[in-house]
Amino acid sequence: MPQVSLTVNGKAHKVEVEGRTLLVELLREKLGLTGTHVGCDTSQCGACVVHVDGKSVKSCTMLALQAEGAKVTTIEGLAQADGTLHPMQEMFREHHALQCGFCTPGMVMSAIDLVQMHPEGLSEEQIRHGLEGNLCRCTGYHNIVKAIAAAWPIMHGKAPMPVAAE
Amino acid sequence: MTFEGIGASVRRKEDLRFLSGNGHYTDDINRPHQLHAHILRSDRPHARIGGMDTKAAAAMPGVVAVYTGADMQADNIGGLPCGWQIHNKDGTPMAEPMHPVLATGKVRHVGDPVAVVVAETKQQAKDAAEAIAIDYTDLPGVATLREAVAAGATAVHDDAPGNVCYDWHIGDKAVVDAAFARAAHVVKLDLTNNRLIPNAMEPRAAVGEFDRTTGDYTLYTTSQNPHVIRLLMGAFVLHLPEHRLRVVAPDVGGGFGSKIYHYAEEAIVTWAAGKLHRPVKWTAERTESFMSDAHGRDHDSTAEMALDAEGRFLALRVKTLCNMGAYLSTFGPAVPTYLYATLLAGVYSTPAIYAEVKALFTNTVPVDAYRGAGRPEAAYLLERLVDVIAHDTGLDRVELRRKNFIPSSAFPYQTPVALQYDSGDYEATLQACLKASGWADFPARRAAAAARGKLRGIGISTYVEACGIAPSAVVGSLGARAGLYEVANIRVHPTGSVSVFTGTHSHGQGHETTMAQLVAEQLGVPLDQIEIVHGDTAKIPFGMGTYGSRSLAVGGSAMVKAMDKIIAKGKKIAAHLMEASVDDIEFKDGKFTVSGTDKSKALAEISLAAYVPHNYPIEELEPGLEENAFYDPKNFTFPGGCHICEVEIDRETGMIHVVNFTAVDDVGRVINPMIVEGQVQGGVAQGIGQALLENAVYDAAGQLLTGSMMDYTMPRADDLPNISVGTEVTLCTHNPLGVKGCGEVGAIGSPPAVINAVVDALKDYGVRHLDMPATPQKIWSIIAAATPKMAAE
Repeated sequence: MPQVSLTVNGKAHKVEVEGRTLLVELLREKLGLTGTHVGCDTSQCGACVVHVDGKSVKSCTMLALQAEGAKVTTIEGLAQADGTLHPMQEMFREHHALQCGFCTPGMVMSAIDLVQMHPEGLSEEQIRHGLEGNLCRCTGYHNIVKAIAAAWPIMHGKAPMPVAAE
Repeated sequence: MTFEGIGASVRRKEDLRFLSGNGHYTDDINRPHQLHAHILRSDRPHARIGGMDTKAAAAMPGVVAVYTGADMQADNIGGLPCGWQIHNKDGTPMAEPMHPVLATGKVRHVGDPVAVVVAETKQQAKDAAEAIAIDYTDLPGVATLREAVAAGATAVHDDAPGNVCYDWHIGDKAVVDAAFARAAHVVKLDLTNNRLIPNAMEPRAAVGEFDRTTGDYTLYTTSQNPHVIRLLMGAFVLHLPEHRLRVVAPDVGGGFGSKIYHYAEEAIVTWAAGKLHRPVKWTAERTESFMSDAHGRDHDSTAEMALDAEGRFLALRVKTLCNMGAYLSTFGPAVPTYLYATLLAGVYSTPAIYAEVKALFTNTVPVDAYRGAGRPEAAYLLERLVDVIAHDTGLDRVELRRKNFIPSSAFPYQTPVALQYDSGDYEATLQACLKASGWADFPARRAAAAARGKLRGIGISTYVEACGIAPSAVVGSLGARAGLYEVANIRVHPTGSVSVFTGTHSHGQGHETTMAQLVAEQLGVPLDQIEIVHGDTAKIPFGMGTYGSRSLAVGGSAMVKAMDKIIAKGKKIAAHLMEASVDDIEFKDGKFTVSGTDKSKALAEISLAAYVPHNYPIEELEPGLEENAFYDPKNFTFPGGCHICEVEIDRETGMIHVVNFTAVDDVGRVINPMIVEGQVQGGVAQGIGQALLENAVYDAAGQLLTGSMMDYTMPRADDLPNISVGTEVTLCTHNPLGVKGCGEVGAIGSPPAVINAVVDALKDYGVRHLDMPATPQKIWSIIAAATPKMAAE
């Protein structure tokens, strides 16, 4: 069976996979990183979004072998070692941008890439457009949009991370 | 300490695990030596199974077993049961055909499970399923209500003549007919309520496990009600007693009704695990969700209102055909009857109502409760009809509603269709919503839009729903085969922390937070000292689960009752410790105080004494501080309110843009405003989805055309507006919390508000009504037909 070498959340892995194994299957089934979810079979829902070399990618749309040599970050790799959440995670919590939590990992990973791609600023319309590849059935997106707008100034160093309520 | 009790927008306790990738969903569970099941499903709507050859599949790499319906029959496995029996007009029971776990003899819908392959890996099971040969003889299929009811239609079941499941009615026909005979106006409307596919983001999954040393089975499943699954699957399908079967519903990624029901795959993996002595796991691919999760809605109705000369409603007559799909799902028959027709009074004092509902079998996926379940169908019918009455008579649509409102002084209000509303104030929610939406200034916004070449419309709906289901004796008399109470066990630990074991289930609603707030309020314990446990029949005494916006109204009330018992026992312990009379002990803010003194003991001191009973009234009181309560509600609860939607339509493309949405709902007492707002926004999003985007489409033979997320339009972030949510409060009068329920209101009030806005935007084009979903193609065709020149350009 072919092998793939990659770094996931800072840790190097060498894994045997079938040629048809998807990156998301590698993460969930071989590495036990079940924070990345599978919500559809047509690359529509975005529950499986991870970062590959810093860019958001639907990990159901990429073969594991295509990740040879790549640096992959999943939702499990976002918080700091001491447990401090990434500003996007913190803003999702603060603004009640999640309900059942299933779309959340992919939504957070997409949102981070979206904010990083727009240092010049991010309008509500751009956020909504930027979330087209991620489906949420619970929130109606209202609070997700708010959370991303609130994370933008923190991530771009224009506002401090607020002290968590409660 | 920050205020954490009732009314605080506490941030959710469950969020940290979901945000850090530590949620624990069914597909995240892997058991040692686990096998994988793949379900082979019918790709035909209706066919006779001549024979099945599974030999080649069984010989494929990694395959451990291939099972068909015959194997299940040989093991005496029962059919999937229906939990509600409706009676026909003539008093006879509904047709209730057998629903085999794996199809035998015939397949009746695309997606009907035919065989299961169990293999070492998921891919091996899937590969082998392709090698199963089935000798199908296709039969004509029926997909739509019109086809199913037509004379000479193909029979889906031999034991359901004319495809009729039931022909049911409610109300007084003679009184209604008499009112129509003397009416000044009669307004009639034909409308459909489009079929929807729930699409919770987490696909269904199940892992079955068998311990041969004890004979115990465990099922991990994506369920809203693990005890109900244990009861239905144990008693009716696998014939296992409760103590041999544990059902665990861990984190569940959304339900919206679709995860209430007992599904074939749950029985398949549990049964197969028992046969193979190894755990068996199945996870749906999204395509399987489309063709096997119960669908929602699917009504064709005719509604007629009789009015007097001033526009007062005299009588309502409704005739509805509803689709049951190919088999009866767990609660399917109850939805278009007792959750729909009983709501046809709406917020209006219509004195006489008569409704006939005919339920039909078709070659489609079974239909059951989907967010709102029957009440969205009732609200849509009424609120469209009221707008059409305004259109036909020239009366103002807000004044017409006001004129017919049940006044706030009339509660409790007995409707002519069985329900008694306990409380409400429809004028208050109307006023608040008109104000918040800027209703009065709309003409200026319409003119401004027109100047930009856009058609702008505004729509309103005023609605009531029934939730917090439900009094057991009442639903029992209406055909439910279950009680609908709820259960709570409250355990105060020796050091004063609290575990709550609730029979409800959270799959996005935030119970771990809201229910902890109830405990913080009543027992004065800080939130971080409280855990809410749900979803495991081995931990929780019993429970009926979460649906019908019942968790707080019924489950929360059970918690209050159990906490009352904790306090009553604590008072006896405190009286002993402080050498006072029990009658002199007061409990407040987590402290037992001898009234009129400064002598007090904290709850943690009392619980320690209860578990270390050295100085304790041991002769009259058992040690420990743990109480159970079963709470059976006295009535449904009746949330209601007003939704206002504003749309802009692009004349060239027919694209509808929802520009404003305002909801003001009365959900009773609000425990966590942030969570309530989120629930309403999510419900409204699904309602806008139904009105503008979503539609389950079958071709004439019964092939599902919208079988993936590429074909079925799920609302995306750029399809939706910001959703403004307000609340007005009248308390529920019959539960101890005064709560009503907020999970479904958004999906109930919103579809008619959206369509009313679209029709309003198109008023210059002669549109009286259009059916959901209002797609750009539909709108463009209307505009093009009215202005042929524009279309030609």
